[in-house]
Amino acid sequence: MPASKQTLLWMYEKMVEIRHYEETMANVYLEGKLPPQIQKGLAFDIGSGPVPGEMHLAAGQEPVAVGVCAHLKKEDTVVGTHRPHHFAIAKGVPLNPMTAEMFGKVTGLGKGKGGHMHLFDPEHKFSCSGIIGASLPPACGAGLAAKKLGKDWVAVAFFGEGAANQGSFHESLNLAALWSLPVIFVCEDNKWAISVPKSQATSIDWVADRASAYGMPGIHVENNDAVDVFEATGPAIERARRGEGPSLIEVRTDRYLGHFQGDPEVYRPKDEVSNLRKNDPIPKLASLLKRQSMLTDVEEGAIVARARQRVADAFDFARKSAYPAAQDALNDVFVAA
Amino acid sequence: MSTTRKLTMAQAISEAVAQEMTRDPSVFVMGEDIGAYGGIFGATGGLLEKFGRDRIMDTPISETAFIGAATGAAASGLRPIVELMFVDFFGVCMDQIYNHLAKNTYMAGGNIKLPVVLTTAIGGGYNDAAQHSQCLYATFAHMPGLKVVVPSNAYDAKGLMIQAIRDDNPVMFMYHKGIMGLPWMAYFEGSSNEVPETTYTIPFGQAKVVREGKDVTIVTISQMVQKALVAADELAKQGLNAEVIDLRTLVPLDRAAVLKSVAKTGRLLIADEDYLGFGLTGEISAIVAENLDTLVLKAPVRRLAVPNVPIPYSRPLEQFVIPQVGSIVAAAQTLMKTRVAEGAAA
Repeated sequence: MPASKQTLLWMYEKMVEIRHYEETMANVYLEGKLPPQIQKGLAFDIGSGPVPGEMHLAAGQEPVAVGVCAHLKKEDTVVGTHRPHHFAIAKGVPLNPMTAEMFGKVTGLGKGKGGHMHLFDPEHKFSCSGIIGASLPPACGAGLAAKKLGKDWVAVAFFGEGAANQGSFHESLNLAALWSLPVIFVCEDNKWAISVPKSQATSIDWVADRASAYGMPGIHVENNDAVDVFEATGPAIERARRGEGPSLIEVRTDRYLGHFQGDPEVYRPKDEVSNLRKNDPIPKLASLLKRQSMLTDVEEGAIVARARQRVADAFDFARKSAYPAAQDALNDVFVAA
Repeated sequence: MSTTRKLTMAQAISEAVAQEMTRDPSVFVMGEDIGAYGGIFGATGGLLEKFGRDRIMDTPISETAFIGAATGAAASGLRPIVELMFVDFFGVCMDQIYNHLAKNTYMAGGNIKLPVVLTTAIGGGYNDAAQHSQCLYATFAHMPGLKVVVPSNAYDAKGLMIQAIRDDNPVMFMYHKGIMGLPWMAYFEGSSNEVPETTYTIPFGQAKVVREGKDVTIVTISQMVQKALVAADELAKQGLNAEVIDLRTLVPLDRAAVLKSVAKTGRLLIADEDYLGFGLTGEISAIVAENLDTLVLKAPVRRLAVPNVPIPYSRPLEQFVIPQVGSIVAAAQTLMKTRVAEGAAA
């Protein structure tokens, strides 16, 4: 089914929001991490600044998140990856506590205990993990729960093309097909597993072709395009809601930034990203909307302004929030009995 | 006469691997991002250029497959070095490590040699949260069948790595990110030191007294050695002379070095970045407790380690749970003020 005007506009606005979020984070992340504020001799200090630790940003990969999540209800589960912000935003995780978590603040989703790779929002049924291939098994579990509870909820597991070579990928696909679970496995092929290109790590060209080995549909999405992702995902989600089992979708997407911020990217051809950016999916969707008279320049300006304001508010909220008390580190290992 | 120069621990490790690869064609390296990237923490820097892709093999993200393959290749006569990028990732491949690599020699009645070096990055302190900050060396030391090497500086790292490659048994070689001398992570400068260009080995099971003192023994390992040395300098300003013992390897463990030092000082502080429960600090305490028939303690043993919580992300939380220089100083001061119960020493 083609996307409605409302859906197209929602996808556009969310992509703008995600891109602005990631670009804002890329800048904020550098605060306090560069000379002369750091240990002499260092070029960069990963542990300094208001947002320390690793930071994996998803600029360029927005179509995967919005094209899939445009089909989802609040009750549907999404399990993301170590590069999770675009999925979280598209699933409806509120920006304020999400951002506060990355600042390590007590107002964060996990009270500062998790950080950017470990965002848990049970209300919006979103979670993620810093371990490669870890999204697939819990998505099977969410699908199993929906089935046992008699609901038409579905679960989506996002993962990168590198994760398709983990045992958890193969075990989960078999289990989901065997038990006919309402799961959609979505592979984001951004071509790079840190420094290792897909061609040097994966024995076949399309991960989605592995679907046939497990008895489920395998769907190729050739272009990093929100509409293409939306249209490819629809039948898979309907199939899952009808109780007919899982599907595997692979999207060829683009990673504009490093594996993590501060990645020297010595492995990557210098002009690769500038070429990728020529196919930026955000202006592409704006052009489509305008061609179909669904968006005026004024409306476009309003959408961008709204998205930017939400992001600005979230970073402001995070900065102004308090750190947890040090002793709070000892709490939450177990919930109260 | 050997020339020395100051190296970072990452440089010392990659130099050791390169020298052994030149000497022994059966040595090769497998792991994620160890080729063009040179290892995420620099432990294989420059090796791809020297040895090519046949011997410096970037792998898919398939730890079960390539660590299991290392066991198989070793059983077939090769000497693989395999890298598990972060020790925290052991969860995806532990069966191959502890049920096979660690046990096959024993189950074969000693008839199979498995000369595998499993390198892995450990440690926190830079806010990478619960899945990328653990030490876990006690977990691997707990399970029989793996030698466990945990260097604190470049000189030791080179000698221990060459020893590890030449050992006919599986060796876990665990390097702390915060002493590798990376240009993108703060580190303790004491970890970069003079390293000879020639090859040399450091036998396993020989702890090193890295600072002599008479008042209190601080037993430690890895990055915590560097913290303990800074703490000992501060304590010296207060007239308290701490002896710092770098265990260097957990398996085998140099029990005699611990007992000898504690016999001299009568006070023991164990400083550890691994978890407190069922770990290194408990093991060292037990060794002392078992020898109280001959050993006289002036004060009860003190332990510093991560309280039994996952490593939190937020900076104030992480700094609270990981022992810092200040906590070592404070613990040593407390130790000087406490006494064993009267009669205990009688």
